[in-house]
Amino acid sequence: MKYKTQKVAYAYFIVAMGLFAIQVLGGLLAGWIYVSPNTLSELLPFNVIRMIHTNALIVWLLLGFFGAAYYLVPEESEREIFSVKLAYIQLAILVVGTLGAVGSYLVGIHGGREFLEQPLWVKFGILVAAVIFLVNVSLTFLAGRKTAITNILMMGLWLLCLLWVFAFINPDNLSLDKMYWWFVVHLWVEATWELVMAAILGFLMLKLTGVDREVIEKWLYIIVATALFSGILGTGHHFYWIGTPGYWQWVGSIFSTFEVVPFFAMMSFAFLMVWKGRKNHPNKAALLWSLGSSTVAFFGAGVWGFLHTLHGVNYYTHGTQITAAHGHLSFYGAYVALNLAMFSYAMPLLRGRAPYNQVLNMASFWLMTGGMAFMTFTLTFAGTIQTHMQRIVGDYYMDVQDQLGLFYLMRFGSGVAVVLGAILFIYSMLVVRREVVKPGPVVKDATVPGE
Amino acid sequence: MSELLTKSRARNVFYGGSIFFVVVFVALTAQSHRHIVEQSTAGMPLTEEVALGKHVWERHSCINCHTLHGEGAYFAPELGNVMTRWGAQDDPELAYEILDGWMQAQPSGIEGRRQMPRFEITEEEMRALAEFLRWADQTDTQNWPPNDAG
Repeated sequence: MKYKTQKVAYAYFIVAMGLFAIQVLGGLLAGWIYVSPNTLSELLPFNVIRMIHTNALIVWLLLGFFGAAYYLVPEESEREIFSVKLAYIQLAILVVGTLGAVGSYLVGIHGGREFLEQPLWVKFGILVAAVIFLVNVSLTFLAGRKTAITNILMMGLWLLCLLWVFAFINPDNLSLDKMYWWFVVHLWVEATWELVMAAILGFLMLKLTGVDREVIEKWLYIIVATALFSGILGTGHHFYWIGTPGYWQWVGSIFSTFEVVPFFAMMSFAFLMVWKGRKNHPNKAALLWSLGSSTVAFFGAGVWGFLHTLHGVNYYTHGTQITAAHGHLSFYGAYVALNLAMFSYAMPLLRGRAPYNQVLNMASFWLMTGGMAFMTFTLTFAGTIQTHMQRIVGDYYMDVQDQLGLFYLMRFGSGVAVVLGAILFIYSMLVVRREVVKPGPVVKDATVPGE
Repeated sequence: MSELLTKSRARNVFYGGSIFFVVVFVALTAQSHRHIVEQSTAGMPLTEEVALGKHVWERHSCINCHTLHGEGAYFAPELGNVMTRWGAQDDPELAYEILDGWMQAQPSGIEGRRQMPRFEITEEEMRALAEFLRWADQTDTQNWPPNDAG
């Protein structure tokens, strides 16, 4: 840690990990209800549990991004954060808003647009927090050195905050509502968040591999160019069947096919940088998470996205368990694993100590990744059967669901593995103070960090 | 490649190209907005009752179990074509009666069966919800879903 105000990131990461725990436990409970549908059905219905599961995910990923920005902007800009106080006020607003949202969901107060269910006052709180954040990091950024990493990060963060405005626009016309809803949902995860992801990944590669900044930054511009060129019109793959014109079937199919490219490029980039790397960084867990993130993002977002994105296929698979399979693996690979990579890299530095517990951390990677992969496979099989029985044969929804019990049981099992992995990760970050397995000479001698 | 594509060129391609695609996207969505209002949802007037029905739908977060035009949670049946499935698309009174009967019977309490909660909904709201579902059903969704099963 070169600048003392980077310490702000620590608080963001702690809160993010707390919400991460809530998110996976909510997911596990929802998965159990698929197996045993009467569980809590009168006390805490499925829709409320799912809201907590998805909202907790989104908020903790954003907190991770904010924390990552507070960590890397000072280092890239070569100066302290403009105001530490503002950063803590921003965090406090987000914590109060999140607790307020969860509390009101539990008593049945919520909106009804998926993922944007927060009560209006919470939405305004998020807006205020976003403005504080933008002011704070922008003033830090503008006063200091500008690099491609911070250029791209700032652009991603500004655009994602601006798109939040569409969370307030809810036309009475359902089809218009859906169209503008995607301005937040799609243009977050398949455009602006990808800029943030690429910037953080670039920063990690710079630190972990010691490859020249010039090489990394050129790669970054190419990656984010392919991300936006494909991702913006790729929004069309959500406009096939919601009342929008038929030409979106071609626009969406063509451009979302190209959405595979940035994910393939990010994976190639990460592996190539490690291959070319001149430094042997001691934080092997951060490296594993970085490579794992780019790889799983390629499969989850790239391959599983392409699987059902062509309109001729999507006509049959739209809104089945295939979508759920893709959603889980892509969020895990692209955003969960990337945030955990950043936590793994930054936490030892923020706490001023060696990167301990590498083995436990790496074990948690395999446990979580294995669990998510298995979950994706079971949901894909379930979705394939569902697509055939419901969309081709024409059997009724519940009759089809009754045939899928085995897959939901296996999915619950994989969810247990993911939860155990998440707990192990948090434990290895926060609790254990010694390395559990003695490292070999390669790691011990690798005391030279990256740039 | 390194000669031809310098960092500043890559950056300029990124900024220029992104602006181009944003402009195209905005133009297409403006056209789509018009298409939705004037054509694909114009088969039935967007009355205050339909709007109220949408609020009822939202207040109870139906989307976190059901899908509507294929979007939402995958825990309960698709509702974008539920009125067609019930044979009530052209009969507002029948649509209300079936919907009301169904909702009053929840939760079924049957062991091993997914449970729909009981919602406190007035008659006015229930009628509005039925109208909203009929309104959604008449939307031109490019012939999706493939069959009445949804």
